[in-house]
Amino acid sequence: MAAEHITGNESGADDARPLVDDARSLGDDARSAVDDLPPLEARGVTVGYGGRMVIEDLDVAIPPGVITTIIGPNGCGKSTLLRTLSRLLKPAKGTVVLDGADIVKLKTRDVAKKLGLLPQAPVAPDGLTVADLVAKGRHPHQSWLRQWSSDDAAVVERALAMTGVSDLADRPVDTLSGGQRQRVWISMTLAQGTDLLLLDEPTTYLDLAHAIDVLDLVDDLHESGRTVVMVLHDLNLATRYSDNLIVMRAGSILAEGHPRDVITAELLYEAFGLRAKVIDDPVGDRPLIVPMGRAHVQSG
Amino acid sequence: MNATNTTDTTDVADVADVKRSVAPGVRLGHVSFVWRPWLVFVTLLLASATFLVFCLSISVGDFPIELPRVIATILGQGERVDKFVIMDLRMPRALAGLIVGIALGVSGAITQSIARNPLASPDILGITGGASTVAVFMVTVSGGAAAAVADSVGVSAAALAGGLGTGLLVYFLAWRRGIDGFRLILIGISVSAVMEAITSWLLVTADIRDVARAQAWLVGSLDGRSWDEVRVALWCSLALLAVVAVVAFQFRPLHFGDEVAAGLGVRYSMVRAVMLLCAVLLAGVAVSAAGPVPFVALVAPQVAMRLARFPTPPLVASGLVGALLLIGADLVARTALPVTLPVGVVTAAIGGPFLVYLLVRANLR
Repeated sequence: MAAEHITGNESGADDARPLVDDARSLGDDARSAVDDLPPLEARGVTVGYGGRMVIEDLDVAIPPGVITTIIGPNGCGKSTLLRTLSRLLKPAKGTVVLDGADIVKLKTRDVAKKLGLLPQAPVAPDGLTVADLVAKGRHPHQSWLRQWSSDDAAVVERALAMTGVSDLADRPVDTLSGGQRQRVWISMTLAQGTDLLLLDEPTTYLDLAHAIDVLDLVDDLHESGRTVVMVLHDLNLATRYSDNLIVMRAGSILAEGHPRDVITAELLYEAFGLRAKVIDDPVGDRPLIVPMGRAHVQSG
Repeated sequence: MNATNTTDTTDVADVADVKRSVAPGVRLGHVSFVWRPWLVFVTLLLASATFLVFCLSISVGDFPIELPRVIATILGQGERVDKFVIMDLRMPRALAGLIVGIALGVSGAITQSIARNPLASPDILGITGGASTVAVFMVTVSGGAAAAVADSVGVSAAALAGGLGTGLLVYFLAWRRGIDGFRLILIGISVSAVMEAITSWLLVTADIRDVARAQAWLVGSLDGRSWDEVRVALWCSLALLAVVAVVAFQFRPLHFGDEVAAGLGVRYSMVRAVMLLCAVLLAGVAVSAAGPVPFVALVAPQVAMRLARFPTPPLVASGLVGALLLIGADLVARTALPVTLPVGVVTAAIGGPFLVYLLVRANLR
């Protein structure tokens, strides 16, 4: 689906078209043709904090051009996996491969030109304006002598427009609502101009409406050909918005694949210890999880 | 439509024609940077004010010299009598004020940025406390033993080492999978308290004549600076400021936290370590040159932020505010008050209320 958008953008004119054009011009050199090679891969990765290993001997390949979401119970290592994939954590054993190269051996700056990262609940200094924050996304492309160019300004302008925050450009980030703020941070990551976006719980602290809003934005980015890897807590949102789910438990991968193939009542019980019914989503083509719990449940 | 007017913007030095608030860029040869008119204006204004106060500080004294003559002499065109008084007698004091002020201002801007907290100044992070303890130790304990050790250059170097050692101790104690601002400050306050206790103990047990000398050092003063002392401080701080200027570009993303900085391609641990080392050494140079002048490092970056309307402490402006504050306070201490006071007393008198103002403001928000 993503490949279609990349190659077939001359014909047709649907609503997503301006976004796609914007996205293509955003990516500068990083935008290569979408092929089938995984842009990001973990091979036999063992990683943890201090002496305590959270993940042991894990293999995973991120498929290109789709949204991959990592889900799993608290403490299963899903954020650890994302942080390892983004080079925030160095694996004790194994390698993370970014575009065919060992990520540890790449320069930090070169990683930042290929991979955009949005950590969990980032905080901007009080009084910093939206435009200045998004402009920081250009940092990997700048140097001491060349700190700002008209190219940078144009990319930032497009990143603001793509995330629908152009009107907020003058506002201090700390005066925005949670949903707007998250859009601004995603905008900064976009200004980095990478094909690959890693988002650690982008909907944390957002109400459902704002969460949907942010995930729709993430879907727009994927439609424009980007590869997205994110961690989500909400299973139904993960199911609705992802093309590839990675279900983790206790540091290893329990299941992986399209939500339609992966999400079953048995898997949910195995991964989360959750008793749930999986039904057809009345408004989508994905499964819908209906958790049971104990309260107000009709038997049968 | 007049299409002619829209196309001839090209010779205007590549100012990006981006609408609204995305900051335009300026290019001069191979160098390009963000054009922030207000920040540049405030910085230039501060530089002019600092120069003026610097000259004023030289012109005032037992033998007053008018301002134009001071400026002419500094620019190398004065008369010989003026030249002797200005360059040989008064310049060391004024220059020491300038160096110490800039060093403290920049040092405070760096530590406050690293901790992402306005309270994190070298005073609170134990750097000045450690330097003071070592200096007092040198003066009181070994002072009677050998005159050579009590030599002021020896005390300065020891104070610098003490500040550096304490700064690093606080940093490593505060380290826990990264640096958290509150933890850094808490540990800094604790270590400072220990250092103060040791200093008090040294003062209580020492010979009364040594105590008087130690007290004079502890309060912070620019009295009796010689060219030799000032020259060392000048070269040290110039070298450190050069390093700061080079690393500053990579340092900026650290305002957003370690993980965002890493995502933007910054080796944050190394950049932070280098900048913190520079901050500690700058504060150490300042303390060894003028004693622990209080509050300048805390207040200068905060004043600079508010003047420049900048969300983070601007390095150059912070240094200039520091210099302005220190030379200004020294001027006030020498002239406006009935008794001549050491500069540290005046900076504390200005800095204390300002700290209260900052805290109350944060409370009301």
